[in-house]
Amino acid sequence: MSALMQEMSAKALKLNIPLSVQIDLTYRCNERCVHCYLDHHDHGEMTTAEITHLLDEMADAGVFILTLSGGEIFLRKDFFELLEHARRLMFCVKLKTNAVLIREREAARLRDLGVDSIQISIYSHRAEVHDAITLIPGSLKRSLDAIRFLKSQGLKVTIANVLMTQNAQDYPGVRALAAELGVECTLDPTVTPMMDGDRGVLNLGADQNMLRQVFRDTSLVGDVEEFCAIPAKPGEDDLDATPCSAGHTACYVSPYGEVFPCVQFPLPTGNVRQQRFVDIWRHSEQMNDVRSIRLKDLTTCPSCTHVSNCTRCPGLAYLEGNMRGPSSQDCGKSYARTGVPSANMLAKERAGINPLQGNSGSASLVQIRVLPVVTSATA
Amino acid sequence: MSRLYVARNPRVAARSLDGEMMIMSGRDSTLFTLNKTATILWQSADGTTPLDEIVEHRIVSEFQVEAAEALQDAETLARELASHEILQISEEPFPQRNNAAGESRSGESR
Repeated sequence: MSALMQEMSAKALKLNIPLSVQIDLTYRCNERCVHCYLDHHDHGEMTTAEITHLLDEMADAGVFILTLSGGEIFLRKDFFELLEHARRLMFCVKLKTNAVLIREREAARLRDLGVDSIQISIYSHRAEVHDAITLIPGSLKRSLDAIRFLKSQGLKVTIANVLMTQNAQDYPGVRALAAELGVECTLDPTVTPMMDGDRGVLNLGADQNMLRQVFRDTSLVGDVEEFCAIPAKPGEDDLDATPCSAGHTACYVSPYGEVFPCVQFPLPTGNVRQQRFVDIWRHSEQMNDVRSIRLKDLTTCPSCTHVSNCTRCPGLAYLEGNMRGPSSQDCGKSYARTGVPSANMLAKERAGINPLQGNSGSASLVQIRVLPVVTSATA
Repeated sequence: MSRLYVARNPRVAARSLDGEMMIMSGRDSTLFTLNKTATILWQSADGTTPLDEIVEHRIVSEFQVEAAEALQDAETLARELASHEILQISEEPFPQRNNAAGESRSGESR
């Protein structure tokens, strides 16, 4: 994040403005990825009119960065109508897609509409691995063709590479492919429990050995010694910090109008079909509860060695039953990085529980973003 | 001397944050914040109002400055914003746009 964007985020936090919102336009999808947490059925998606009205409300509330995701966004027949409306309102629009439905014409339209960036899921540089994850033969070729169409229009593309047991050894190949295509690449071994509560998919997630390997890959983390160092003891200021931007400057809206602090934090705070977006944002009891949490208020983490640089996700903690509790996935991540068990892991060990097991059997999680190249200026 | 017309570049993203205008370049995603004068210029850049009228009606009265000097400063500022592809400038009025991004609002939140 650029220094100027950090400054703007700090200002938005102070003013209680939702600077960044993700809307999932649909949960329907044309791929059937083995690790996906969605059910892909339409349970009554917001209509075109409902979404355009929501976009109006969000612009008025001060939302600047709008991420449109799904499901597969291009399955909405009104997708370009919604995008046109969003750009008319001058949102900075980012898209997340598998890109299977993007051909030359769609790429040109995205350029004409001034889309900021497009994130595309690529699981492997090898078709037999990628297509075995999406369960759609030919899907890698379609997605890579789309990347070339988008690049030929001068659009900014990022490959999102989810790291799982099935493709664990392929991330260097995906990164090489990204370099060849001239696009950025992110690595994300996040596997989320399914919407219906089924946590079986978590077995597909990266294990400790994979995490250790990734954390010691200089091409991803830079200085390994620094990245894997045991953190210094936290100061008072560290413990007064907020856990993340969810509910503070960012939130998520589902295809059914439900508002959550984040796509990975399914705490219901209201529905835009019944209330104005800004009223949910400002006055929801649940949203304000999330906002009130400081690191010092957490149940186990304040005494943990890792507290000052842990990537604890409050949404994953919520999915384990307590948004003020630890996120076992992130404990696993800190452990893989430093070799030092977290306070949560030590407590579990004393209780005779597998220290890396989440309260509901969750898997390890790590999120790494590489190649963040952003500049800033003031006119 | 020919008149100058200014229009918001439809490829940028923009939002007002407590009166401070944030603009993200459509060219390379560089983020800018505009000062008060630049914000007025941005908000007034409808493509059909000449720059001298914008200066006369929006800037001279707001900042109590001499008109000729204000116009010269505004031209310099407009050209700088155009070099970052935030504004477009022309010696002719811009045709009314009918594409989606071209009809954009100024990014003001209410």
